[in-house]
Amino acid sequence: MNGLIKAALAVWDFVVGDDWVTAIGVVVALGLTALIAAAGGAAWWVMPAAVIALLALSLRRAAR
Amino acid sequence: MGGLSGADLGLALSVFFACAVEAIEALTIVLAVGVTRSWSSALYGVGAAVVALAVVVAALGPALTSLPIDTLRLVVGGLLLVFGLQWLRKAVLRAAGLKALHDEAQAFAAEAAAARAAGSGARPGIDGYSFAIAFKGVLLEGLEVAFIVLTFGANQHRVGLAALAAAAAIAVVIAAGVAARAPLARVPENAMKFAVGAMLTSFGTFWGAEGAGASWPGGDAALLVIIPGVVLASIAMVLWLRRPPSHVSTRGEAA
Repeated sequence: MNGLIKAALAVWDFVVGDDWVTAIGVVVALGLTALIAAAGGAAWWVMPAAVIALLALSLRRAAR
Repeated sequence: MGGLSGADLGLALSVFFACAVEAIEALTIVLAVGVTRSWSSALYGVGAAVVALAVVVAALGPALTSLPIDTLRLVVGGLLLVFGLQWLRKAVLRAAGLKALHDEAQAFAAEAAAARAAGSGARPGIDGYSFAIAFKGVLLEGLEVAFIVLTFGANQHRVGLAALAAAAAIAVVIAAGVAARAPLARVPENAMKFAVGAMLTSFGTFWGAEGAGASWPGGDAALLVIIPGVVLASIAMVLWLRRPPSHVSTRGEAA
């Protein structure tokens, strides 16, 4: 069990790193894209806007 | 192999540069323990890490490629975005002068000093320190290479092309390392990391949105707008962060 938890933590650290807020933001943006697309709307603009906003916010936190 | 589309070319270049960056970092570690302690033990470590990486790729590759295309694009797009934004954030911070530039000569000196401080390597048989450090260095850097090869390759059903680009990058770095007999300190590694971060983020944005059900205006040609858009936005953020601290703070709070 300990090994599994350690492996999961290692995978988390490898993919997400020290900025989990950005990872959550990516998941939320993908969810919003799926909702808009499922409703028949144009959803392509969500991800570019989210990526720019998430990068800016991440940099702002790091620069403090 | 057939003709290369624009997306294939983007895949090959992204994988090549990402793998070159990781290979340069792994080469520095192997050189440091090889030169200061034991070449044979360091090379055994490299071999063991390559075998471990091959097992990871062999296990995860078929699992990824068997996913339905929309699920694959959603999962891979999301992973690439999270991963790419990490690279891009560090690259922007380095370019803005807020994070130390990665310096291979310095990394080599630090690794070599640690190897000397770890005690004598003049024992018969395998030097455990050299083996472990070379194994760990190649495995950790190689995992990033494997991740990029698998995600890019599986998504476009071009794992072979991605693996070929990775192998070419590793061969070029090894050849340059053997020729120079020193860490590759003059390679513009930070600029390469900036470019790779922008590519990972761009492809992640494109595939993630498609996997979530969105349709891009212009189809695949949208990448020709997304990639320059991400690069320009990142450069703008470098300029924003380079401002004097009082300006950064004011602008940051208003954003």
